[in-house]
Amino acid sequence: MNIKYKKDGATLLVRLGGDIDHHTAQEISDGITRSFRRSRCKNIVIDFADVSFMDSSGVGMLIGRYKETEIFGGSLAAVAVSGELMKIFTLSGLNKIIDCYDNARLALAALRGE
Amino acid sequence: MENKFSISFSALSENEAFARMCISAFLLPRDPTVNEMSDIKTAVSEAVTNAIIHGYNGKEGMVDMRARLDEDTVYIEISDTGVGIDDIAAARKPLFTTRPDCERSGMGFTVMEAFMDEVDVVSEKGRGTKISMTRKLRG
Ligand SMILES: Nc1ncnc2c1ncn2[C@@H]1O[C@H](COP(=O)(O)OP(=O)(O)OP(=O)(O)O)[C@@H](O)[C@H]1O
Ligand SMILES: [Mg+2]
Repeated sequence: MNIKYKKDGATLLVRLGGDIDHHTAQEISDGITRSFRRSRCKNIVIDFADVSFMDSSGVGMLIGRYKETEIFGGSLAAVAVSGELMKIFTLSGLNKIIDCYDNARLALAALRGE
Repeated sequence: MENKFSISFSALSENEAFARMCISAFLLPRDPTVNEMSDIKTAVSEAVTNAIIHGYNGKEGMVDMRARLDEDTVYIEISDTGVGIDDIAAARKPLFTTRPDCERSGMGFTVMEAFMDEVDVVSEKGRGTKISMTRKLRG
């Protein structure tokens, strides 16, 4: 699992790479939570462009991060969600709490209110 | 020609990726579509993860996985000899989880049902759980 972070104003941009499953979800959750707190951001954008696999362990991980942004009155957005991944987003209702964008630029612009 | 395999592996989380790789390597010669492959890998991942987390609850144990491929359908069985499921009908409902504490969403069975044609659950308290799933390949 590969995680990269970048701060853009009030938003923490997280780029994930590899498989999101029960084996990797804990490390991802802990990593994002730590960086999010340290960043003092209120929004999180997760870029899925390099994610090769995700199952329901990813759903739990995302709901957890959604709740963290909610505490700060912010929001969680997703970028580059593949068709396969979108099936899981829709099935679990994640698409109702997480806005999805084609690329990070669009997500960051939307969160800045542009 | 029918093709089969059967493996047994330790209930360790790193074997979730191993199980996914096994099923994809097994199906590859039949040239399934990208969607079929991804759906089946996801369903396998759900069942194996459940065996590891819920069946054995972090304790030592073995997960069995077998698959059979006939002309156009794959049959997969994933079983554990762990704690078993109290109420199968409740467990299969979307959002039902007995482990909300560790960021589980209760979507595993729902994903298996959506991604496979048939999902059958046999479980007995204290004896274990067996998940049988089939999926027709149109590839
Ligand atoms: N192999 C198993 N052994 C014992 N209990 C199981 C097994 N598989 C599932 N269960 C029970 O069924 C419930 C529902 O399983 P399901 O996969 O749908 O959700 P989950 O694993 O709790 O969460 P998620 O899969 O979204 O991370 C589990 O919480 C657990 O109580
Ligand atoms: Mg599960």
